[in-house]
Amino acid sequence: MSMAAPQLPVSLAANPKLSSWIKVSADGRVTVSPGKVEIGQGIVTALAQIAADELDVKIGRVQMVRASTARSPNEGVTSGSLSIQQSGRALRHACAEIRQIFLAAASDRLGVDADVLDIKDGEIFGPGNVRTSYWELAEDISLDRDATASAVPKPIAMRALAGHSAQRLDIPDKVFAQPRFIHDITLPGMLHARVLRPEISQAKLIGLNEAATRALPGLVAIVRDGSFAGVVCETEAGAEAALMVLRKGATWSVGQPLPDESDLAGFLKSQPLESVIIDARTAGAPGNPARTLRRRYTRPYIAHASIAPSCAMAQWNGDRVHVWTHSQGVYLLRADLALVLKLPVEQITVEHLEGAGCYGHNPADDVALDAVLLAKAVGDRPVRVQWSRADEMTHAPFGAAMAIEIEADLDAESEIVGWRHSIWSNGHAARPGRGTQPTLLAATEIANPFPRQISGNPPQANGGGADRNSVPLYDFPAWKIESHRLLTMPVRTSALRTLGGQGNVFAIESLLDEIATERGEDPVAFRLRHLGDERARDVIRAAARRANWKPAAKTGTGYGVGFGRYKNTGAYCAVVAEIEGDEDIRVRKLTLAVDVGEVINPDGVINQIEGGAIQATSWVLKERVRFDRERITSTNWADYPILRFSEVPKVEVEVIQRPEIDPVGAGEAAHGPVTAAIANAVFDCLGVRVRDLPITRDRLIAAMDSSA
Amino acid sequence: MPSIRFRLNGAPTEIDADPDHSLLDILRGRLGLSGPHFGCGSGECGACRVMIGDHAVTACDAPLWSVADKDVTTLEGLGTAEHPHPLQRAFIAEQALQCGYCVAGVLISAAALLRRNKRPSEAEVRGALDRNLCRCGSHNRMVRAILHAADEMAAA
Repeated sequence: MSMAAPQLPVSLAANPKLSSWIKVSADGRVTVSPGKVEIGQGIVTALAQIAADELDVKIGRVQMVRASTARSPNEGVTSGSLSIQQSGRALRHACAEIRQIFLAAASDRLGVDADVLDIKDGEIFGPGNVRTSYWELAEDISLDRDATASAVPKPIAMRALAGHSAQRLDIPDKVFAQPRFIHDITLPGMLHARVLRPEISQAKLIGLNEAATRALPGLVAIVRDGSFAGVVCETEAGAEAALMVLRKGATWSVGQPLPDESDLAGFLKSQPLESVIIDARTAGAPGNPARTLRRRYTRPYIAHASIAPSCAMAQWNGDRVHVWTHSQGVYLLRADLALVLKLPVEQITVEHLEGAGCYGHNPADDVALDAVLLAKAVGDRPVRVQWSRADEMTHAPFGAAMAIEIEADLDAESEIVGWRHSIWSNGHAARPGRGTQPTLLAATEIANPFPRQISGNPPQANGGGADRNSVPLYDFPAWKIESHRLLTMPVRTSALRTLGGQGNVFAIESLLDEIATERGEDPVAFRLRHLGDERARDVIRAAARRANWKPAAKTGTGYGVGFGRYKNTGAYCAVVAEIEGDEDIRVRKLTLAVDVGEVINPDGVINQIEGGAIQATSWVLKERVRFDRERITSTNWADYPILRFSEVPKVEVEVIQRPEIDPVGAGEAAHGPVTAAIANAVFDCLGVRVRDLPITRDRLIAAMDSSA
Repeated sequence: MPSIRFRLNGAPTEIDADPDHSLLDILRGRLGLSGPHFGCGSGECGACRVMIGDHAVTACDAPLWSVADKDVTTLEGLGTAEHPHPLQRAFIAEQALQCGYCVAGVLISAAALLRRNKRPSEAEVRGALDRNLCRCGSHNRMVRAILHAADEMAAA
C-alpha cells in the first residue's frame, strides 16, 4: 500500500514557483501577488489575511500586488465565486511552506532545532533568547523554487486573522478620493478616445464622412477598420464632441432583427437548439402518478449595469503593447488580444486596475481591445477609452434570458414521484481567452472580422451554465433535467452572476412552494422533509428561526422561503422574504442564513450576501433589458431602473461557521434563493403565482387575470 | 473665453472655459480631481455629485457657469485621512461599500443632508440618497454609517 502523494491546491500546482506568489524583503515587507483581482468584492483583503496568518506577520506588512501578465501567477479568471477556494488555498499552502523554509534557515543560523523556534510578526525566536527574523534572512533565501506540498498549514485554532473581520485594504483610498479606479489613473502624454457603435443591432458601418470631424481642434486621429471606428483627441471633452460629429457622418446598414420582447419563451423555443441531458434519475420503485403539474418560468435578459462605464488604456511601443484593464482575467484577455492582433502573447502585457463593481463578463475586455486598436494609430502615446452609458447598457453581453418548464408528477397525496426540468436559453458564457477565436466585440467589427461567437455553457463539472443549479438537491425519486442551448444569438449573452442559477432556483423553489401549499404543508417543513444534507437543513432552519417562521398572516403582507446551494457544490443559502403587496410589491425584509464553510472574513461574507440579496431584489422587482425588433432600447437608468435606497429591504444575515470545511465564495449564493423567496412571498400575500420575471405591476395584473 | 471664478474645496479657483462646459469635465480634466466620478453623463446615477453651496448636485450635467462665485465641495474637500470628516470615518468603520465607485457621490449627498438636517431619520437618509445609485447592494451599510456620523456630529 502506498501513501497518496500530497496534493497541491490547483492554482499552486499550475504556478508552483513560490516566488511568483510571495516576496519577503529585508526592509520588513511581504509582497503577495495573487492571480485573482479585486472586482469590488474585497478579495484582496481576504487573501492578505490568509497570507499574513500563515506567515505570522501583521497584516500591515503585507503589500498586495495587482495582477499583471508580466509577473503574476496565472489563475485564469476571477469568477464563479472561486477566488477564496483557488487563490486562498494556494496562498495558504505557499505561505506555510515559506514559513517552514525560513524556520529551517533560522535553525541553521541559530544552531537550534526548528521545532523550538517560534515566529511573531516576522521575528523568529527560541530558547536562550536566540533570535533572527524573516527580514534578516530574506536576502539569503531564494524562493525561486517549486512548492512541494510538504508543508501543512496551521491548524484552525492557531489562525489569528482568518476567521476575523479585517478592514478592507482598499476602502480608505475610496472614501478619501485617492485615485485607485482605472477611471482615475492618468498616464503621461495620455490621449482620450471614443468608439462609434451602431444603435441598430449588429448594423455595419457602410459609409463614414470624416470631413467635419477632421476640422475639429484637438483631434489627433480618426480610426476606421471596417465597421470599427473611433476618434482620438487631446482631451476627453474633445473626444466626446468629436464622436458626436463623427456619428453624424456615419451611414449604417440594416441590422439583424431582435426577438419579440413580449414573447421570450416563444422565441427561445423556436430557435435551432443543441440539447443535452444534464442528469437523469430513475426511481427504484415506480410511483403512482395521479396527475402532472406543468409550469413555465421565464427570466428576461439582465444587464450588468455597473455604475461606471467600462474603461481601458493602451500604449504601443513598436510591436509591443501594454494594456491597463479592469478585466476579470488578464491572461485570458491577453490570449484574445493576441488572436486579434496576430501577435505572440509575449509582446502583449496586460495589467489590472480596479474598475467599478463587476458581476460577470461585462465590457471590460471589449474596451481593452478598443483601446489597443485606437492607440495603434497614435504611435507611442497612451490612449484611454471609456464607453458611454448607452454603449454600456446596449453593447455589453447580457445575462441570458431563460424559459424553464417543469413537469412534476404527483401521486394521490400530492407527493412528488417524478420531475422533468427543461431549460431553453442562450449559452451563459462567451468569455475571452478560452477558444481558438476571440470573443471581443471589436474583433467582429474590423475589416477582416472574426465570426461572432455564439455563447456556450461551461460543463457541469465547473458548475454548468444555463443548467447551473437545475439538478434538484431534494430527494425526489426520479428526474430528468434537459438543457436546450440556442444556436443563434440575436442578443449578445455571456456570464452574469449565477449564470442560469438564478432562473433554475426560482423555478424549482417556486414549484416546490406551490406543491407544499397544495398539500397544506408548511413550505419549510416540506423542504426539510426532502433534504438529507445537514448543512442544507441547518441554513433553512437558521433562516426560519431568525425570521420567526412563520409570522401570523396580516393583510397586505406576505412571507416566502427560498433555498439553494450555489452550483450544488458551493455556498448554502436560505432566505425568508417579507413583502408588502397591493398593486406593487415592496420587499420589506430579507433574513438569510449562509454556510460557506470556513469563513476568512465574516464581515466580508456578510457584505457579499447583503449585496447579493439586494441586487437580486433589484433583478426581481425591476430589471429587464428592453428592445424593439431593431435595437436595444434600455439605454439609460430611466429605461433600465434598478432598486433605489428607499426601496431597499432590511437585510439580516446569519453566517454558520464551519472552520473545518474548505471555504467557498459568497458572491453568488443569495441571488437564486432571494428570487424564489420574494416570488413565494408574493403568492402568500396576494394569492397569485408570478412565473415571469421581473415581478412588476403589469406582471401582477397579468398573473391575476390568468388565475382568475 | 470668459473666466469663471469659484472656490473649490475652499481654494479660490479661476477657469477660462466655455461657460456651458460640463462642470464634471472641468473638475476631473483641467483641475485633476478624481473624487467625483463619471457614471452616466445625464444626472441619473449621482456618482458625480458635488456640493454647490449647501446643495448636492450632479456635476456631469451642471454647466460651469452655474458655479460662478460659489463654493464647490468635492469628496476631496470633505476631509483627509489625517483629518477625516465624520462621514468618512463612519464609512470605514461600517465597511460601507463594495466597489466604492458610487461612494464619492453618496458621501456628498449625505454631507449636504447633514448640513440642512442634523438628525435625519433613516427614512430621511434614504430619501436624500434616492438619486444616488449603488449597484453592489451596499445601501444599508451606507445608511447605517450616515446615521452613526450624524450621531457623532450631534454629540460633538
